[in-house]
Amino acid sequence: MTMQIAEPVSLSSPDARARAHAAAARDNLRTEPRAVRVVIIALAIAFLSVFVVLPLVLVFAQAFSRGVLAYLSALAEPEALAAIKLTLIVAAISVGLNLVFGLVAAWAIAKFEFPGKTFLITLIDLPFSVSPVISGLVFVLLFGAQGYFGGWLRDHDIQILFAVPGIALATTFVTFPFVARALIPLMQEQGTQEEEAAISLGASGLQTFFRVTLPNIKWGVLYGVLLCNARAMGEFGAVSVVSGHIRGETNTMPLLVEILYNEYQFVAAFAIASLLAMLALITLIAKTVLERHLDEGQDVHDH
Amino acid sequence: MGLTLSWLSVIILIPLAGLFLKSLELSPEQFWNILSSRRTLNALRVSFGLAFAAACVNLVMGSIIVWALVRYRFPGRRIFDAIVDVPFALPTAVAGVALTALFAEKGWLGAPLAALGIKVAFTPVGIFVAMIFIGIPFVVRTVQPVLQDLDPEIEEAAGSLGASRWQTIIRVILPSLGPALLTGLALAFARAVGEYGSVIFIAGNLPNVSEIAPLLIVIRLSEFRYADATAIAVVMLVVSFVIIFAVNRLQRWAQSRIPAR
Repeated sequence: MTMQIAEPVSLSSPDARARAHAAAARDNLRTEPRAVRVVIIALAIAFLSVFVVLPLVLVFAQAFSRGVLAYLSALAEPEALAAIKLTLIVAAISVGLNLVFGLVAAWAIAKFEFPGKTFLITLIDLPFSVSPVISGLVFVLLFGAQGYFGGWLRDHDIQILFAVPGIALATTFVTFPFVARALIPLMQEQGTQEEEAAISLGASGLQTFFRVTLPNIKWGVLYGVLLCNARAMGEFGAVSVVSGHIRGETNTMPLLVEILYNEYQFVAAFAIASLLAMLALITLIAKTVLERHLDEGQDVHDH
Repeated sequence: MGLTLSWLSVIILIPLAGLFLKSLELSPEQFWNILSSRRTLNALRVSFGLAFAAACVNLVMGSIIVWALVRYRFPGRRIFDAIVDVPFALPTAVAGVALTALFAEKGWLGAPLAALGIKVAFTPVGIFVAMIFIGIPFVVRTVQPVLQDLDPEIEEAAGSLGASRWQTIIRVILPSLGPALLTGLALAFARAVGEYGSVIFIAGNLPNVSEIAPLLIVIRLSEFRYADATAIAVVMLVVSFVIIFAVNRLQRWAQSRIPAR
């Protein structure tokens, strides 16, 4: 590659000009010709626009294609309201469970050394990379009519599969990694000194946790909960396997999107989909804000 | 500590153990017969083959996007940076119906493509498109921090010692990004192999042609052929376990390679 001619700099003193030249020459070692830059930026923007922006815009365009009234009446359908309610209940259960145990798991992994740690981390990560369908399948194998606990459950008249407990369990399984994953690096970085200091000054274990550990990681906790919640409300594959698709009873919002879409009720399907898309957008905005807080927290720690 | 392990075992280990126990009820011969049936083989081939192709596209396009986001300033850069996460956050069913409507024969992109004689929705190409969609954040988000932290002095040194820009990129920058690129590829691949929601709407789901393995599991379950579903699931599970174990190893290796600052 040939040397680039530096941008014209309108500085009067020759000394300053020479310095500007040197700086520009150094920058030139780390950048590409203008044409290459433009092509790379154009490729990146085009790819993201086609694959990400267009689908998102389309959801809202389709939802409002028959006007606001049709949109609102689609959302006011009893079936839609039941799905929204179920989605909120399931999300509350699984976020609650994963918050508590994500905290404990992250604490154990970050603050203690023990054999098999890599294996444990792999286990925590597993729901991320296992097909959601398999996550649902394992619960069918456990609690289904032919499953290991199926007979016992039937004898005691407990319904897990095709009911709220099954949906909540599958969702909890799928969203398990979020809180723990958000906290492990944060807690590792902070080390154990502050906790040790608190305990040696006479604080009890619980006091140490609530007064020292928790304030240090509060943004991380929020971050994990946020992502966990987004996934819990949007989970499709795992829930689809265990739900049984009973209309008005065991359909969460994503399942209802599928049903309405397959029945060619496109406005209704995209109306529900638009709510989920809005949830995703709000989650992303909140995530950006939280990431800023997390970065600041780290900066304070560095100094 | 004990609580963690018991919770982990209740929510993750017991269900997984159940899956393996169930598959042990099959004789090796039965297991083999299920896996080597034409429909299963084709479903696995569609899932793994297209997922790998999509992950490779993601590797290339993801690198380009990371480069643009980290190295250049352009209007809307921060917005596009945030947009990369949309496939993470958007529920898969929503992505599925949106991509299908977009690429259907009368859709915004489907119509011009159909005029060119290219059919995307309800063909294997549609599966490929959906897998690209869901995989892109994995490559971008694993490579981005590494490129950001790359020491500018190394590049300046290479440049001032007479390396061309291209040589610097291939010989200096690419090797430093290597582990991150591989990790991103593996994560995108693992996600695409198991993907269900965003694929089934656009796939067409024709057995042997555009039927993905997760869908075949669902179909076998609805036919109460639990053994078939379990056998396919075990194969996929073992593959994803190997992938994430490799990724965790890869990351440890990458950390040990870079001296602590």
